[in-house]
Amino acid sequence: MRATVLVRPKDGILDPQGEAVQGSLEKLGFAVGSIRVGRVIDIDLGAVGQAFAREQVERMCSELLANPLIESVEIRLVEA
Amino acid sequence: MTGRPLVAVVVFPGSNDDRDAAWALGALGADPVFVWHEEEELPEATGAVVLPGGFSYGDYLRCGAIASVAPAMDAVRRFAGSGGPVLGICNGFQILCEARLLPGVLRPNRQLEFVCRDTTVRVEQDDTVFMRRCETGQELVLPVKHGEGAWHTDEGQFAHLSERGQIVLRYAAEVNGSLGNVAGVVNESGNVMGLMPHPEHAVDPLLGSADGGLLLAALVDAAAEHVLAAA
Repeated sequence: MRATVLVRPKDGILDPQGEAVQGSLEKLGFAVGSIRVGRVIDIDLGAVGQAFAREQVERMCSELLANPLIESVEIRLVEA
Repeated sequence: MTGRPLVAVVVFPGSNDDRDAAWALGALGADPVFVWHEEEELPEATGAVVLPGGFSYGDYLRCGAIASVAPAMDAVRRFAGSGGPVLGICNGFQILCEARLLPGVLRPNRQLEFVCRDTTVRVEQDDTVFMRRCETGQELVLPVKHGEGAWHTDEGQFAHLSERGQIVLRYAAEVNGSLGNVAGVVNESGNVMGLMPHPEHAVDPLLGSADGGLLLAALVDAAAEHVLAAA
Protein backbone atom coordinates (compact mmCIF):
# COMPACT_ATOMS: atom_id res chain seq x y z
CA MET A 1 0.00 0.00 0.00
CA ARG A 2 1.21 3.47 -0.84
CA ALA A 3 -0.08 6.67 0.69
CA THR A 4 0.16 10.14 -0.72
CA VAL A 5 -0.40 12.89 1.82
CA LEU A 6 -1.22 16.36 0.52
CA VAL A 7 -0.53 19.03 3.12
CA ARG A 8 -1.96 22.46 2.36
CA PRO A 9 -2.11 25.76 4.19
CA LYS A 10 -5.63 25.90 5.64
CA ASP A 11 -8.20 28.19 4.06
CA GLY A 12 -7.89 31.66 5.53
CA ILE A 13 -4.26 31.15 6.57
CA LEU A 14 -1.98 33.68 4.96
CA ASP A 15 0.46 31.97 2.57
CA PRO A 16 3.27 34.42 1.78
CA GLN A 17 5.06 31.72 -0.22
CA GLY A 18 2.04 31.31 -2.47
CA GLU A 19 1.84 35.10 -2.87
CA ALA A 20 5.50 35.23 -3.92
CA VAL A 21 4.98 32.47 -6.50
CA GLN A 22 1.89 34.25 -7.80
CA GLY A 23 3.87 37.49 -8.18
CA SER A 24 6.62 35.71 -10.10
CA LEU A 25 4.18 33.96 -12.43
CA GLU A 26 2.54 37.31 -13.15
CA LYS A 27 5.96 38.77 -13.96
CA LEU A 28 6.36 35.94 -16.49
CA GLY A 29 3.13 37.07 -18.13
CA PHE A 30 0.75 34.43 -16.73
CA ALA A 31 -2.66 35.59 -15.58
CA VAL A 32 -3.30 33.64 -12.38
CA GLY A 33 -5.63 33.86 -9.40
CA SER A 34 -4.48 33.05 -5.92
CA ILE A 35 -1.75 30.46 -5.46
CA ARG A 36 -1.26 28.28 -2.41
CA VAL A 37 1.89 26.23 -1.86
CA GLY A 38 1.74 22.98 0.09
CA ARG A 39 3.69 19.77 0.37
CA VAL A 40 3.40 16.20 -0.95
CA ILE A 41 4.55 13.25 1.15
CA ASP A 42 4.67 9.80 -0.45
CA ILE A 43 4.79 6.90 1.97
CA ASP A 44 5.44 3.25 1.19
CA LEU A 45 3.51 1.28 3.81
CA GLY A 46 4.35 -2.23 2.66
CA ALA A 47 1.77 -5.03 2.56
CA VAL A 48 -1.00 -3.74 4.82
CA GLY A 49 -4.77 -3.45 4.55
CA GLN A 50 -6.64 -0.29 3.60
CA ALA A 51 -8.19 0.38 7.02
CA PHE A 52 -4.92 -0.15 8.89
CA ALA A 53 -3.07 2.04 6.36
CA ARG A 54 -5.53 4.88 6.79
CA GLU A 55 -5.42 4.69 10.58
CA GLN A 56 -1.60 4.73 10.54
CA VAL A 57 -1.32 7.64 8.13
CA GLU A 58 -3.92 9.67 10.04
CA ARG A 59 -1.84 9.21 13.18
CA MET A 60 1.36 10.16 11.31
CA CYS A 61 -0.35 13.35 10.19
CA SER A 62 -1.55 14.36 13.64
CA GLU A 63 1.73 13.45 15.36
CA LEU A 64 4.23 14.87 12.88
CA LEU A 65 3.42 15.38 9.21
CA ALA A 66 1.07 18.37 9.53
CA ASN A 67 0.31 21.06 12.07
CA PRO A 68 -3.47 21.16 12.45
CA LEU A 69 -3.41 24.82 13.49
CA ILE A 70 -2.35 25.93 10.04
CA GLU A 71 -2.47 22.96 7.69
CA SER A 72 -5.11 20.65 6.26
CA VAL A 73 -4.34 17.16 5.01
CA GLU A 74 -5.76 14.94 2.32
CA ILE A 75 -4.79 11.28 2.32
CA ARG A 76 -4.86 9.17 -0.83
CA LEU A 77 -4.24 5.43 -0.62
CA VAL A 78 -3.17 3.37 -3.62
CA GLU A 79 -2.58 -0.40 -3.78
CA ALA A 80 1.11 -0.75 -4.60
CA MET B 1 28.37 20.54 43.67
CA THR B 2 29.38 24.01 42.63
CA GLY B 3 26.52 25.86 44.29
CA ARG B 4 25.53 27.00 40.82
CA PRO B 5 22.22 25.61 39.54
CA LEU B 6 22.58 23.25 36.63
CA VAL B 7 20.88 24.46 33.45
CA ALA B 8 20.63 21.88 30.64
CA VAL B 9 21.12 23.30 27.14
CA VAL B 10 19.73 20.77 24.67
CA VAL B 11 21.80 20.48 21.49
CA PHE B 12 20.15 19.28 18.28
CA PRO B 13 21.90 18.75 14.95
CA GLY B 14 21.75 22.27 13.52
CA SER B 15 21.55 24.16 16.82
CA ASN B 16 23.89 27.14 16.59
CA ASP B 17 23.17 29.36 19.59
CA ASP B 18 23.83 26.63 22.15
CA ARG B 19 27.29 27.96 23.02
CA ASP B 20 26.16 31.56 23.33
CA ALA B 21 23.31 30.43 25.58
CA ALA B 22 25.71 28.42 27.74
CA TRP B 23 28.18 31.31 27.91
CA ALA B 24 25.46 33.76 28.97
CA LEU B 25 24.02 31.37 31.55
CA GLY B 26 27.50 30.78 32.96
CA ALA B 27 28.11 34.53 33.18
CA LEU B 28 24.83 34.87 35.08
CA GLY B 29 25.67 32.28 37.73
CA ALA B 30 24.47 28.97 36.30
CA ASP B 31 26.34 25.76 35.59
CA PRO B 32 25.38 25.13 31.96
CA VAL B 33 25.55 21.52 30.71
CA PHE B 34 25.04 20.48 27.10
CA VAL B 35 22.59 17.61 26.56
CA TRP B 36 22.70 15.89 23.16
CA HIS B 37 19.30 15.37 21.54
CA GLU B 38 19.66 11.58 21.64
CA GLU B 39 19.92 11.54 25.44
CA GLU B 40 16.82 10.07 27.04
CA GLU B 41 17.36 11.67 30.44
CA LEU B 42 18.37 15.10 31.67
CA PRO B 43 21.17 15.29 34.28
CA GLU B 44 19.72 14.46 37.69
CA ALA B 45 20.34 17.89 39.24
CA THR B 46 18.81 19.83 36.34
CA GLY B 47 17.20 23.05 37.58
CA ALA B 48 16.13 24.48 34.22
CA VAL B 49 16.25 23.66 30.51
CA VAL B 50 17.11 25.91 27.58
CA LEU B 51 16.27 24.96 24.00
CA PRO B 52 18.63 27.16 22.00
CA GLY B 53 18.30 28.84 18.63
CA GLY B 54 19.46 27.41 15.34
CA PHE B 55 18.12 25.34 12.48
CA SER B 56 17.55 21.93 14.04
CA TYR B 57 17.44 19.16 11.43
CA GLY B 58 17.79 21.80 8.72
CA ASP B 59 14.24 23.04 9.39
CA TYR B 60 12.98 19.97 7.49
CA LEU B 61 9.20 19.48 7.31
CA ARG B 62 8.42 22.53 9.51
CA CYS B 63 10.77 24.48 11.79
CA GLY B 64 11.13 22.54 15.03
CA ALA B 65 8.90 19.64 13.92
CA ILE B 66 11.58 16.95 13.75
CA ALA B 67 13.31 18.14 16.92
CA SER B 68 9.98 18.07 18.77
CA VAL B 69 10.01 14.28 18.66
CA ALA B 70 13.71 13.79 19.53
CA PRO B 71 14.40 11.49 22.54
CA ALA B 72 15.61 14.41 24.67
CA MET B 73 12.23 16.08 24.22
CA ASP B 74 10.50 13.27 26.13
CA ALA B 75 12.79 14.12 29.04
CA VAL B 76 12.07 17.84 28.60
CA ARG B 77 8.34 17.07 28.58
CA ARG B 78 8.63 15.14 31.86
CA PHE B 79 10.74 17.93 33.37
CA ALA B 80 8.17 20.56 32.35
CA GLY B 81 5.40 18.33 33.66
CA SER B 82 7.05 18.29 37.08
CA GLY B 83 7.03 22.10 37.10
CA GLY B 84 10.62 22.60 35.93
CA PRO B 85 11.33 25.87 34.11
CA VAL B 86 11.93 25.51 30.37
CA LEU B 87 12.92 28.37 28.05
CA GLY B 88 12.91 28.06 24.27
CA ILE B 89 14.72 30.73 22.26
CA CYS B 90 14.00 31.19 18.54
CA ASN B 91 14.26 27.66 17.12
CA GLY B 92 13.71 26.49 20.71
CA PHE B 93 10.40 28.39 20.70
CA GLN B 94 9.47 26.73 17.40
CA ILE B 95 10.32 23.32 18.90
CA LEU B 96 8.18 23.95 22.02
CA CYS B 97 5.22 24.95 19.85
CA GLU B 98 5.60 21.88 17.64
CA ALA B 99 5.91 19.73 20.79
CA ARG B 100 2.65 21.36 21.93
CA LEU B 101 4.26 22.45 25.16
CA LEU B 102 3.41 26.00 24.09
CA PRO B 103 0.36 27.31 22.23
CA GLY B 104 0.51 28.42 18.60
CA VAL B 105 3.00 27.91 15.81
CA LEU B 106 5.75 29.96 14.13
CA ARG B 107 5.19 30.68 10.43
CA PRO B 108 7.33 32.24 7.68
CA ASN B 109 7.82 35.98 8.15
CA ARG B 110 5.12 38.02 6.44
CA GLN B 111 7.73 39.82 4.30
CA LEU B 112 9.35 36.48 3.34
CA GLU B 113 12.71 37.92 4.32
CA PHE B 114 15.08 36.87 7.02
CA VAL B 115 15.08 39.59 9.65
CA CYS B 116 18.27 40.23 11.63
CA ARG B 117 18.33 43.33 13.83
CA ASP B 118 17.68 44.72 17.28
CA THR B 119 14.02 44.99 18.23
CA THR B 120 12.20 46.65 21.09
CA VAL B 121 9.85 44.33 22.95
CA ARG B 122 7.38 45.31 25.64
CA VAL B 123 6.83 43.24 28.77
CA GLU B 124 3.11 42.46 28.83
CA GLN B 125 3.07 40.36 31.94
CA ASP B 126 5.65 40.27 34.75
CA ASP B 127 3.81 37.67 36.79
CA THR B 128 5.82 34.60 35.70
CA VAL B 129 9.15 33.23 36.90
CA PHE B 130 10.79 34.29 33.64
CA MET B 131 9.75 37.93 33.87
CA ARG B 132 10.18 38.58 37.56
CA ARG B 133 13.21 40.83 37.05
CA CYS B 134 11.14 42.94 34.64
CA GLU B 135 8.06 45.06 35.11
CA THR B 136 4.90 45.10 33.05
CA GLY B 137 5.20 47.87 30.46
CA GLN B 138 9.01 47.81 30.51
CA GLU B 139 10.71 47.92 27.11
CA LEU B 140 13.66 45.65 26.37
CA VAL B 141 16.07 45.80 23.45
CA LEU B 142 16.71 42.29 22.13
CA PRO B 143 18.03 41.15 18.76
CA VAL B 144 16.05 38.87 16.44
CA LYS B 145 17.42 36.74 13.59
CA HIS B 146 14.85 34.50 11.99
CA GLY B 147 13.03 33.69 8.78
CA GLU B 148 10.06 31.99 10.42
CA GLY B 149 9.06 34.03 13.43
CA ALA B 150 5.47 34.99 12.75
CA TRP B 151 3.63 33.49 15.69
CA HIS B 152 0.09 32.40 14.88
CA THR B 153 -2.87 30.75 16.52
CA ASP B 154 -6.62 30.75 15.97
CA GLU B 155 -8.73 33.67 17.16
CA GLY B 156 -10.42 31.80 19.97
CA GLN B 157 -7.15 30.65 21.48
CA PHE B 158 -5.57 34.08 21.01
CA ALA B 159 -8.35 35.73 23.01
CA HIS B 160 -8.06 33.03 25.67
CA LEU B 161 -4.27 33.46 25.94
CA SER B 162 -4.49 37.25 26.13
CA GLU B 163 -7.11 37.01 28.84
CA ARG B 164 -5.04 34.54 30.85
CA GLY B 165 -1.90 36.67 30.60
CA GLN B 166 0.03 34.06 28.60
CA ILE B 167 1.21 36.65 26.07
CA VAL B 168 4.32 37.88 27.89
CA LEU B 169 6.24 39.84 25.23
CA ARG B 170 5.13 41.88 22.24
CA TYR B 171 7.19 43.74 19.66
CA ALA B 172 6.74 47.49 20.02
CA ALA B 173 6.46 47.68 16.22
CA GLU B 174 5.76 45.21 13.40
CA VAL B 175 8.70 42.83 12.82
CA ASN B 176 7.52 39.69 11.02
CA GLY B 177 3.72 39.62 10.77
CA SER B 178 3.32 37.91 14.12
CA LEU B 179 -0.32 37.83 15.30
CA GLY B 180 -0.81 40.70 17.76
CA ASN B 181 2.95 41.43 17.44
CA VAL B 182 3.52 38.55 19.85
CA ALA B 183 7.21 37.94 20.57
CA GLY B 184 6.91 35.52 23.51
CA VAL B 185 4.35 33.33 25.27
CA VAL B 186 4.16 31.09 28.35
CA ASN B 187 2.20 27.90 28.93
CA GLU B 188 -0.83 27.75 31.17
CA SER B 189 1.12 26.87 34.31
CA GLY B 190 3.74 29.54 33.58
CA ASN B 191 6.82 27.31 33.71
CA VAL B 192 7.45 26.99 29.96
CA MET B 193 8.27 30.07 27.91
CA GLY B 194 9.26 30.65 24.32
CA LEU B 195 10.40 33.80 22.54
CA MET B 196 11.80 34.65 19.11
CA PRO B 197 14.25 37.39 20.23
CA HIS B 198 17.63 36.28 21.60
CA PRO B 199 18.27 37.21 25.24
CA GLU B 200 21.58 35.31 25.13
CA HIS B 201 22.90 37.79 22.54
CA ALA B 202 22.05 40.74 24.80
CA VAL B 203 23.82 40.16 28.09
CA ASP B 204 26.50 42.84 27.99
CA PRO B 205 26.41 46.55 27.05
CA LEU B 206 29.27 45.77 24.64
CA LEU B 207 26.77 43.74 22.61
CA GLY B 208 24.44 46.72 22.35
CA SER B 209 22.08 45.69 25.13
CA ALA B 210 22.21 43.84 28.44
CA ASP B 211 18.42 43.49 28.67
CA GLY B 212 18.51 39.79 27.83
CA GLY B 213 20.32 39.27 31.11
CA LEU B 214 17.08 40.15 32.93
CA LEU B 215 15.34 37.16 31.40
CA LEU B 216 18.22 34.72 31.72
CA ALA B 217 19.06 35.74 35.29
CA ALA B 218 15.41 35.11 36.18
CA LEU B 219 15.77 31.65 34.63
CA VAL B 220 18.88 31.01 36.73
CA ASP B 221 16.92 32.07 39.86
CA ALA B 222 14.11 29.71 38.89
CA ALA B 223 16.64 26.91 38.30
CA ALA B 224 18.08 27.35 41.80
CA GLU B 225 14.58 27.25 43.30
CA HIS B 226 13.64 24.15 41.32
CA VAL B 227 16.79 22.35 42.53
CA LEU B 228 15.96 23.26 46.14
CA ALA B 229 12.34 22.19 45.76
CA ALA B 230 13.37 18.86 44.26
CA ALA B 231 15.94 18.13 46.99
